[in-house]
Amino acid sequence: MNKRSLNGRNGTLNQVNGLPEKEVFLNIYRSISLIKNNDEQACKAIKSGRIKMIYYSPRGQEVIPSVISAILNKDDYICTIYRGSHDMLAKGVPLDLLWAEFAGRITGTCKGKGGPMHITHPESGCMITTGIVGSSMPIANGLALASQIKKDNKVTVAYFGDGASNIGAFHESLNMASVWKLPVVFVCQNNRFGEHTRFEKATAVEKVSDRAASYLMPGIHVDGNDPIAMYAAAKEAIERARSGGGPTLIEAMTFRFRGHVFGDGDRYMDKAEKEVAIRSDPVPRYRKWLVDQGYASEEDLADIDAKNELRVQSAIKKALDASWPDISELYKDILASNVAH
Amino acid sequence: MTESLITTIQALNSVLYHAMEMDSSVIVFGEDVADPEDGGVRGVTKGLSTKFGDSRVRSTPISEQAIIGAAIGSAMAGMRPIAEIMLMNFMPVAMDMITNHAAKLRFMSGGQTAVPLTIRTGTGAGFGTAGQHSDYLEAWFAHTPGLKVVTYSSPADAAGLLASCIFDDDPCIFIENFPSYNERGKVPEVGYRIPLGKASIVHEGNDVSIISYGPQVRVAMVAAEALLSEGVSVQVIDLRTIVPWDRETVLNEVAKTNRAVVTHEAVKAFGVCAEVSSVIHEELFSQLQAPVQRVGAPSCPVPYSSILENEFIPNVKKVIDAVKVTLS
Repeated sequence: MNKRSLNGRNGTLNQVNGLPEKEVFLNIYRSISLIKNNDEQACKAIKSGRIKMIYYSPRGQEVIPSVISAILNKDDYICTIYRGSHDMLAKGVPLDLLWAEFAGRITGTCKGKGGPMHITHPESGCMITTGIVGSSMPIANGLALASQIKKDNKVTVAYFGDGASNIGAFHESLNMASVWKLPVVFVCQNNRFGEHTRFEKATAVEKVSDRAASYLMPGIHVDGNDPIAMYAAAKEAIERARSGGGPTLIEAMTFRFRGHVFGDGDRYMDKAEKEVAIRSDPVPRYRKWLVDQGYASEEDLADIDAKNELRVQSAIKKALDASWPDISELYKDILASNVAH
Repeated sequence: MTESLITTIQALNSVLYHAMEMDSSVIVFGEDVADPEDGGVRGVTKGLSTKFGDSRVRSTPISEQAIIGAAIGSAMAGMRPIAEIMLMNFMPVAMDMITNHAAKLRFMSGGQTAVPLTIRTGTGAGFGTAGQHSDYLEAWFAHTPGLKVVTYSSPADAAGLLASCIFDDDPCIFIENFPSYNERGKVPEVGYRIPLGKASIVHEGNDVSIISYGPQVRVAMVAAEALLSEGVSVQVIDLRTIVPWDRETVLNEVAKTNRAVVTHEAVKAFGVCAEVSSVIHEELFSQLQAPVQRVGAPSCPVPYSSILENEFIPNVKKVIDAVKVTLS
């Protein structure tokens, strides 16, 4: 990783949100560390039977949303997908509410009525989590349309996977966003697999970002596991959206370490390829870079990790101690007036 | 209240115009809806883009998923979008957006988000447009909790119900029907609204209740008049709102007549009439004088040939026959 790439035509980090460069880098690490720790404890909790939930691990993909959220404003919107706990945590969905929702408790973000695949928390800008491949994009357009009409200066990020770039909604959404110059950034987290099928086997192009050309939209292909490269790509796209320059398609290359759905055994994955990916785990790489650059000591980072571990532990405990939703919740939040039919 | 004799198209256009004028969060988009594209293929949105500008009134690509997605997202962010899906048979193209998202986001978010959008769409057999341009698909949407489904039987109801949909806080599917578009009627002036979920008794009668909605209400009215000459007094109830439907009015009225026929143009099997009929049986079984009869289209796609299409649409004779069954 080369710090110089930050100082190119896209400006430097210390122009962002008024924070000094070092603090931005550390905030990105705090987010990455939280996501990684959260994932590890989620897997443990499922394995041990402490919690029963469907879980799509984002392990290996932490860097992408952590960098993007360091550039976004708190009130900017994201639309994410079922593999989205990294996107949610990076955007600031409170850990306690997230875990309570995972546990199906009334104290969850969605009163236990949405669950892991439908986390919503408008206060932190997490407007929708969809369980349908490809469906974050059309809705992201709508949020961006509202911003364009209201001139509220917000940017919307649509997260999705490489598999979603093969569904019709991708084409309809990118075309409409480009025709209307909507303030939206399409972020394809290319983890090389759609469900169990390899990217190459299911996708006619080598790069999803090449598809941007069909919409006269800038397409950026970037190593999503490299925070520095990712930063430059995201900053360019977000600034373009905010300044009225229209949408961007970012294809952030990454790898998912724990298969499609947790527990699927990932027999369809090439073992050697997976080992190579895990050997270049972006988290220790970034840690080392922070230390090498003098932004933090090993102890500083260990302290961040330890604090996150405690936070996650506490969130899980609180979630499991919380009350279940009352059965009457079945009949609430269907319609505005709760008409019982 | 002043009233004028106008067509359904003019009534709908006027409602859209005044909604946009009174509330800047109301926006309109869909295929061909802006004035350079003729203000909609049937002219319902004519004049809106000229008056309110290209930002609030947009012709879209032919992209139904993107249209409804844009409506959902903008609705969540505080707008009141009115999306036009040209034909009801194009709704299935956007079914994921409608049934997996618009309908469910309020519930799945625990009430944190709302989707106050209106989808205007049109349909109706009788014009030789066959299997993919004239279906009534309201039962699909009625079967998905979280949506409101609304339709009308007169220009005045069209105006009052559309206005209520636009300013309702839930996703509303507003079904327009082609036979009605050039029908003229008295329509109250600006601001007229009909509450959603309330049925209307459009023909008084004591012997049998016919429950219907949309253009089929007119068929029921003709049947009621014809039966009057035979000495049978038939009541006609127009549901106006299919979801949530006015159980209270229907049950109260059928409790008086003790006989009921439910009719719609949509395919009879698994249709809305099945739900209405079942509830009447469940609630009033002991006092019904006859099983509730259902009249709807046969289980086949809308056919092309006029001789088949005429038979497909549930006509006055079939409704009269059903009423007579309840009396026999």
